[in-house]
Amino acid sequence: MSLAEAASLLRASADTPAASITLRGIIKSFGDKRVLRGLDLDVAAGQFIAVIGRSGCGKSTLLRLIAGLDAPDAGAIDFDAGADVAPRVMFQEPRLLPWANVIANVEVGLGARRREADARRRALDALAAVGLADRAADWPGNLSGGQKQRVALARALVSRPRVLALDEPLGALDALTRIEMQSLLEAAWRREGFTALLVTHDVAEAVALADRIVLLEDGAVALDLDVAPPRPRLRGSPEFGRLEETILDRLLGPRRRP
Amino acid sequence: MADIVTSLKRPLRTPWNALRFDSKRLLAPAIGWIAPALLVLVWQSSASLGWLSDSLLPSPFAVLAAGWRLTLSGDLPRNVEVSFLRALAGLVVGGAIGFAFGLANGLSRASDHATDTTLQMARNIPHLALIPLVIVWFGIDEAAKLFLVALGVFFPIYANTLHGVRSVDPQLVEMARSYGMRRFELFRRVILPGALPSIFVGLRYALGIMWLTLIVAETIAAQSGVGYMAMQAREFLQLDVVVLAIVIYALLGKLADVVVRALERACLAWRPALHGD
Repeated sequence: MSLAEAASLLRASADTPAASITLRGIIKSFGDKRVLRGLDLDVAAGQFIAVIGRSGCGKSTLLRLIAGLDAPDAGAIDFDAGADVAPRVMFQEPRLLPWANVIANVEVGLGARRREADARRRALDALAAVGLADRAADWPGNLSGGQKQRVALARALVSRPRVLALDEPLGALDALTRIEMQSLLEAAWRREGFTALLVTHDVAEAVALADRIVLLEDGAVALDLDVAPPRPRLRGSPEFGRLEETILDRLLGPRRRP
Repeated sequence: MADIVTSLKRPLRTPWNALRFDSKRLLAPAIGWIAPALLVLVWQSSASLGWLSDSLLPSPFAVLAAGWRLTLSGDLPRNVEVSFLRALAGLVVGGAIGFAFGLANGLSRASDHATDTTLQMARNIPHLALIPLVIVWFGIDEAAKLFLVALGVFFPIYANTLHGVRSVDPQLVEMARSYGMRRFELFRRVILPGALPSIFVGLRYALGIMWLTLIVAETIAAQSGVGYMAMQAREFLQLDVVVLAIVIYALLGKLADVVVRALERACLAWRPALHGD
């Protein structure tokens, strides 16, 4: 048992148990283009898995299938906990309702429970966890890009999801805001213990956050790496750098070096 | 913004400056009325100096006097009330039908296929061209005015509601669905608010068409209302009353605009563009 697996097991015993994800023989095509060709993948409960690859490799399609936004042409997607796993999604864009104030946007994340009496209190707690409690009454139009994504994170987390799917949510942010968001995301994951699936093209981000990195190429798994370094990880450490090199070599081919 | 910057540059602002700042803010909305006031002034002086014949254009004072006379006799309030209620009834009926069709065709492909072609064809007929037909059908009854106004306001409300519903960001709809919003809740919390700015554009167009239609209908086929009052006055060469009717229409139009602006401010407060309004 690796360290990451042990940590996953510990977290899985939290009050909202994380769900494992099992994919078998997933096929998905758009028109003539077959994006995923018989993909198999097992994600342990509570694991933080990063899916990386070049654009068009099918990583976003994979996320949309797991999140239930699209249906596969063939194959099965199962969550261990059965019926009521509602995976939450953080999109590339914040996708906040511009006509609802910040707190109402977070309440959207409660799903069917947004009409319960304590909805407002729970939304405020989630907003406080991303450090934006004082902006509850503001319109999204008055927030910065990073603040909008933090509200989107609060919305995704307010229902205490068992699976959180992240579709390059930090891609549009500036470098400093992105690092802040990464720590926020990591802290939320350690606190709540959900299963996290992060789709990204940023290898450094994957190495900084994930227990396991899966490289997709032509709709199939080309590389599957466990990431050992303890958290919080220090950027620029030799171990970190070596891992990043390995993945970049595989992505770009060894020819990139003279 | 500029005011904030200047006030920051001058922390020790004298009371005189403070006064000037406030009076500027109070006067800003009044600037729009300078041009109409000047126009009235020129008009009145031309009449007083005898440059303008009473049989061509009566002076503003004469118009005011006519207004006072007709207010005392009760003719003016009664006719304004009749016209106002006609306009409102036509707007409510035509607007509601246009809104319903706009929503139905924006939300349902089947409904769109079934009715949009017909509606787009009908849209190209100027509704005032139907007046002879409408007189044959309804006489010069209330129904005739209601029909014409309702028909006139239907199309702008229909077209803009449809456009508004269709242009709601599909990414927001996908997000809302992924958080479990279905049917009515999705409509109320995402689609309707997203379509609202466009619906307001339709409403503004509709109000313009509403007054235009009513003026024409009341002038040609009516026995009460501001338009009828103007036509009666023309028979007796009471030009002051004719001009009064025109002024009343202008004021009613302005009133409608003010109401829509207030509604927009209340409903679209989230739009950054409207904050400075």
